[in-house]
Amino acid sequence: MAQAINVEDLNIYYSEFLAVENVNVTIQPRSVTALIGPSGCGKSTFLRTLNRMHEVIPGAYATGSVEIEGANIYASGVDPVNVRRRVGMVFQKPNPFPTMTIRDNVLAGVKLNNQRISRSTADELVESSLRGANLWEEVKDRLDKPGMGLSGGQQQRLCIARAIAVKPEVILMDEPCSALDPISTLAIEDLIHEMKQDFTIVIVTHNMQQASRVSDRTGFFNIAGTGKPGHLIEIDETEKMFTNPENKQTEDYISGRFG
Amino acid sequence: MSTTTTSKPTHPELLTGSATAENRLPGWHMLLTALAAILLAVLILALFGSVSIGGVIVLGYGLHLVIGFLYSRVREGRRWAADRLVTMLVYGAFAVAMIPLISLLWEVLHRGIIRIIGPIPLQFWTMDMAGVIGGMDTGGISHAIVGTLLITLGATLISVPIGLFTSIFLVEYARYGALKVLGRGVTFLVDVMTGIPSIVAGLFGLALFITITNDPGIRIGLMGSVALSVLMIPTVVRSSEEMLRLVPMELREAAYGLGVPKWLTIVRVVLRTAIAGLTTSVTLAIARVIGETAPLLLTVGSLPLMNANLFEGRMQTLPTFINSQYRSGNAVCNSDVMTNPITQIDYACSTTINYDRAWAAALTLILIVMFLNVIARLVSYYFSPKLGR
Repeated sequence: MAQAINVEDLNIYYSEFLAVENVNVTIQPRSVTALIGPSGCGKSTFLRTLNRMHEVIPGAYATGSVEIEGANIYASGVDPVNVRRRVGMVFQKPNPFPTMTIRDNVLAGVKLNNQRISRSTADELVESSLRGANLWEEVKDRLDKPGMGLSGGQQQRLCIARAIAVKPEVILMDEPCSALDPISTLAIEDLIHEMKQDFTIVIVTHNMQQASRVSDRTGFFNIAGTGKPGHLIEIDETEKMFTNPENKQTEDYISGRFG
Repeated sequence: MSTTTTSKPTHPELLTGSATAENRLPGWHMLLTALAAILLAVLILALFGSVSIGGVIVLGYGLHLVIGFLYSRVREGRRWAADRLVTMLVYGAFAVAMIPLISLLWEVLHRGIIRIIGPIPLQFWTMDMAGVIGGMDTGGISHAIVGTLLITLGATLISVPIGLFTSIFLVEYARYGALKVLGRGVTFLVDVMTGIPSIVAGLFGLALFITITNDPGIRIGLMGSVALSVLMIPTVVRSSEEMLRLVPMELREAAYGLGVPKWLTIVRVVLRTAIAGLTTSVTLAIARVIGETAPLLLTVGSLPLMNANLFEGRMQTLPTFINSQYRSGNAVCNSDVMTNPITQIDYACSTTINYDRAWAAALTLILIVMFLNVIARLVSYYFSPKLGR
């Protein structure tokens, strides 16, 4: 189910502006890959190219290839909608649909696509997804209450359940804990550990401790200066990255001697 | 904290030049100064021999601005005096703003209610004007209510799809490159359309149908709907555009992230989230056109009988009914009893009947708009995003 992602010669543009240059990387299946780096270095931009969410921004495009299961998602004729069904996403700010109940939020991927689903299948999907996001016990008695009524941490886990319910192979997380308190962060990090049994996870984070806690591999993005493109400086086993990185920039960044 | 530190202000210099909490006067002092100002106003006006309620209120308010301010300046200090003065000015402005609103509602209500409750309660809403002539104490506006509702419904059915699709184009599609340029052009034209005088919209509707049918005398309800929709479309576009822009980008991205196509995201997420605001904007657009008179005089004309067919013949509407009744002026009553030539029923003669009907129709129009507003409120209430637990 979980798939490796092969990125080759990826250049990412906003109109004429080259935001991220020449990324070559292989992301391992059933593992957690963390992306760290200073603000504006292009790590979120890179993450969003992995499910073509990048293109939602007017004028944005990418060249090069991103292969999932050997198929280039940037090949002509590929529908980004199908890509996004296979590569789910969790955003920085919890964004449950405000008009929907908790149950409907979990089923959003099915219902918004106008797919027919039987009541019992739906119930099973809701329970398994919410259990997968460690939220079932907290909300099982109020599935028909609005999703916006949950706390921030619960909302973020609801968004994770919503992403799981579509049964993707890869889940992208764009700073999923930056709007959350330490307890909720811990809950999400525990969840990420469990989820890597089934999914390939790529997570962008500003928090280096978090990267070292949750990830198997860590990639470091950096930018030479304002207006210059970001580069993937180094990617390696997380332990090696945080103890003995090969690149001087990486070492400066993780040891706080940056700039 | 010890008691010594709390009893003394930490920064006494901050309190110089203004009153401390202790020398702030209770509110009834201001009532006393107001009373003094009113008495003074009565005295001054009596001196000139022209005491009137309006004069006392206006002069008393002006005097109180001075007296109240000076009194507060002496007793409370400069800052509180300024506070009193501005408070009085704000209340004054509020009162001035309320005067036209309250007096309008009162005039329409007490003049309009006469015809609606009498001589037979609500008969005014169930009858039309067939065979009603002169000062006959009868007649009603059922035909005008039906006409207004049908023509406005027609205008809404034309304007809402066009307006909503235009705003969806502007917000969701005109975001980059050539489409963005096109979007700017559309926005400019919509702004120009907002400024079209209603009589010009009426002439447009007239000219359009004369061109199509080649009949210069053509008057049908649909022409009125078309003319009104010219006025309604820009309102719908601009207000629903605002509402769609309020939907956070994160919600669209959340839907895209689940593999939902763009069109379904717009229908099921964007429109669904904005439905409360969209309902309000449509209601406001309806309220904007339902009282239009000039374009309807040109395109629909008027008719004393019920005509519920939007596609054929003249129709009566409430604004044109009010217009024609009010222009008829006082009726002439040569005898106390008048006979309807069609039904042979006798009616009393009333000289003010035309004015009474006009006011009652005006009240009906206001009630219809209020009713639409209540419906819109209910829709917003039941469909807006819920935050409760």
